[in-house]
Amino acid sequence: MSAIIENPPVGQRERDVEEVETVTIRFAGDSGDGMQLTGTQFTNTSAIVGNDISTLPDFPAEIRAPAGSLPGVSGFQLNFSSRDIRTPGDEPNVLVAMNPAALKVNLADLEDGGTVIVNTDEFNKENLKKANYESNPLEDDTLKGYRVHRLPITTVNIRALQEAGVKLSRKEMDRCKNFFALGLLYWLYDRPMEPTLEWITAKFKKNPEIVRANEVALKTGYNFADTTEVFTTHYKVKKAVITPGKYRKITGNEATAIGFVTAAELAGRPLFYGSYPITPASDILHELSRHKNFGVKTFQAEDEIAAVCAAIGASFTGHVGVTGTSGPGVALKQEAIGLAVMTELPLVIINVQRGGPSTGLPTKTEQADLFQAVWGRNGECPAIVVAPATPADCFHMAIEAVRLAYRYMSPVFYLSDGYLANGAEPWLVPEIEDLPVIEVKFADDPATFMPYARDEETLARPYALPGTPGLEHRIGGIEKQHLTGNVNYDPENHHFMVLMRQAKVDRAAQDIPDVEVFGASEGKVLVLGWGSTYGSITSAVERMQAEGKPVSSAHLRHLNPFPANLGEVLRSFERVIVPEMNLGQLATMIRAKYLVPAVPFSKVKGRPFQIREIVRKVEEYL
Amino acid sequence: MSTNGQEGNGNKRTEEQAAGGIGGNVSGAGPSPESEPGSVTAGRPAPPPGKLTKADFTSDQEVRWCPGCGDYAILNNVQKVMPELGIPREKIVFVSGIGCSSRFPYYMNTYGFHTIHGRAPAIATGIKASNPDLSVWVITGDGDALSIGGNHFMHAIRRNLDLNYILFNNRIYGLTKGQYSPTSEFGKKTKSTPMGVIDYPVNPLSLAIASGVLYLEHGKPMVFGKDRDKGIRMNGTLPEVIQLGSETGLNENDCLVHDSHEKDPSVAFMLARMEFPSFPQPVGIFRDVQRDTYEDLMAHQIEEAVSRQGRGQLQKLIHSGDMWVVD
Repeated sequence: MSAIIENPPVGQRERDVEEVETVTIRFAGDSGDGMQLTGTQFTNTSAIVGNDISTLPDFPAEIRAPAGSLPGVSGFQLNFSSRDIRTPGDEPNVLVAMNPAALKVNLADLEDGGTVIVNTDEFNKENLKKANYESNPLEDDTLKGYRVHRLPITTVNIRALQEAGVKLSRKEMDRCKNFFALGLLYWLYDRPMEPTLEWITAKFKKNPEIVRANEVALKTGYNFADTTEVFTTHYKVKKAVITPGKYRKITGNEATAIGFVTAAELAGRPLFYGSYPITPASDILHELSRHKNFGVKTFQAEDEIAAVCAAIGASFTGHVGVTGTSGPGVALKQEAIGLAVMTELPLVIINVQRGGPSTGLPTKTEQADLFQAVWGRNGECPAIVVAPATPADCFHMAIEAVRLAYRYMSPVFYLSDGYLANGAEPWLVPEIEDLPVIEVKFADDPATFMPYARDEETLARPYALPGTPGLEHRIGGIEKQHLTGNVNYDPENHHFMVLMRQAKVDRAAQDIPDVEVFGASEGKVLVLGWGSTYGSITSAVERMQAEGKPVSSAHLRHLNPFPANLGEVLRSFERVIVPEMNLGQLATMIRAKYLVPAVPFSKVKGRPFQIREIVRKVEEYL
Repeated sequence: MSTNGQEGNGNKRTEEQAAGGIGGNVSGAGPSPESEPGSVTAGRPAPPPGKLTKADFTSDQEVRWCPGCGDYAILNNVQKVMPELGIPREKIVFVSGIGCSSRFPYYMNTYGFHTIHGRAPAIATGIKASNPDLSVWVITGDGDALSIGGNHFMHAIRRNLDLNYILFNNRIYGLTKGQYSPTSEFGKKTKSTPMGVIDYPVNPLSLAIASGVLYLEHGKPMVFGKDRDKGIRMNGTLPEVIQLGSETGLNENDCLVHDSHEKDPSVAFMLARMEFPSFPQPVGIFRDVQRDTYEDLMAHQIEEAVSRQGRGQLQKLIHSGDMWVVD
């Protein structure tokens, strides 16, 4: 093998080259096999060569379930294409299975006739038993109908590293085998190795031997595919025709964190982020804690309640107070969010939704916290609710959340989910000057200051920061007297203030864009979505429109209040179908508010909708 | 606030009743948002610092604790002491939780935040960490700080924020009318423990010291009693009370000297555990050890990040990572 490494015989053999438009690959292995890293590297390289990309990582809730077991399988699906794509793909064309458990968990998702690449070295008696295989699937009919490539990845990788003189333990060398697999796939799909080689050098610069081992593994995989006749064909996926500009691959959580840093800069106020570690929101805390040079204060609190309370305290002093968590954390924060509603302070609550109830499915996605955001507190307690539609959209909606929080002196829920948080797509990076300025006004005149007077246009109360002479005042959770803000139990005043707080949130509708219809503005069926279902819905509707079917779609990024034109849009269609990863929460809301016979289409499996699932559902109504 | 919650019906005050009459001056039909500002006292012009009096710290709100409650004395004294601190009024924030004591901020003419049950230290943490210039006072009670808010109490102290913490410990839930609190004595009969409390009380100072509380002043032998004729000394690992004078031949040189600057908290902890009647009830400065505050460390990390990386440039932040250009 060493000869191959030193003299890559690129182009030694002529192989068939086939051009394909879109490919979906799923890398699957043990959670210790580095599949997330492999998938991420393939994604980055594909983005850099100009394909459109969309990814879906799928990892176990356990940090490290027993090696080789079914719960320990970690997967990473990516879709790359020469055209505009919006989802990680319905079904993989290629499955890379590093052990029997990975094959067992993922095979059912593979397309008929799809390609399976297996690491035969791991298909031993012990691993087969752990994966509940009674006989070896490589030897029975399990893989009938698929194109199967049986490769002794472990052995070839170790031998290559040994022959290259890498001075690492066998165990350490074995850990490089994901790069071997990546090399194979790079050859198969005609990707350059340079971006990954550069990444390896930078990542492991403190350990040159690991750099070398990973390089050798990657190149060996590539050359192994090239020189052996394992693959008869390799594939090209041309550059995608997408909007020109500067792009960057970004996950939803990265875009969320950067979005809030940006929002704080646009507002000219420091960001304060209070959070308690929770999957899948913790990455936001990690990312923000790296941006202290923007004046960002991150506070890892003792619990969820302290995290939101500290953010409220920071908001009171004029910081951009943000707290981030997932569903169970929101449940704990709700009383404090009620306090922020009552004291009418700006606050953003990030909820990276995951499968519930209770601990539920911590690493899987769901959209079942819409009701919790809109109605989940005691009393009449309205808050603004926004939801990003794609990983890159998280950046823009973070800015939108802060803008609305300041403009309406109101808590704003920001509903992301596990799929957006960990999924990635190319982001057309904006220019700073194209971003909106966030206006923040502070009260400063003791002669006219009234803590609960209201802005005529927005009904927001004035924002008076501690430290401002002459504006000393008291706020709190007890009902406030209109204008003075004094404690007040008068029945008329309470009724008035309840209406006022609701009217204020309702007025935000004047400040949010109309919902746009994708396709004809009236017709037979409208598919309405919110949050991360955007990709699947839009792709499904686009496909049906291409076949001439009378289907349109609309996507909500503002859930409370709704855009002002929503009622009119809904009433322009005979039927409204609402695909949601819950039991019909948005559908319930629009049925209640607009009296339209909306049909919920529910999927609560911890996984996003496939395009074809939506197509099939909509066709029932055509 | 009563001391035992056993008062008769005539003296009962629910939270609703307590505040019922405070602001009855909203006109009947419901106020209109377009109303012109009225004559509220939310903001009075700030007199120059140093010339403030107790009246400057007194808000226009009627104080509504039960007659004879010790809370009045605390309020009175805090209002009296405030001018002596020389801190401009606008830089002072009182933050409270829920309970009788937590109405306190409404009565102080400073910035105030009456928050939710047990969470005052968490909100105060956000205030102090985001604006270290403010003088932040947490007002809490035994139930608020040690029961529902026990976790925040411990962590706020552990983090060492420069907060002032006033805990009104009356060993009962007063606002909800007389259930036992975490500091109620073992065996105490209350509304919720008609046969006596069967949990052992927590000692707030022990908890504070165990959590790493840092405060106070230092340096004298521990002598007490009306005639200063008793003292504390160590007997092995335990403290004991000794009689001073010619009869015993013991004097203040035999007593333990209080060293509030001692880094090791053991003696402070021991002092906190001393309770009447076996011992004198210690008051004063238990512990005073210097340590960097959370808000200073937080601000310092930001300064360091800026000096190391330069002030963050938005353009650079957004345009980073693996970028590519589509023509």
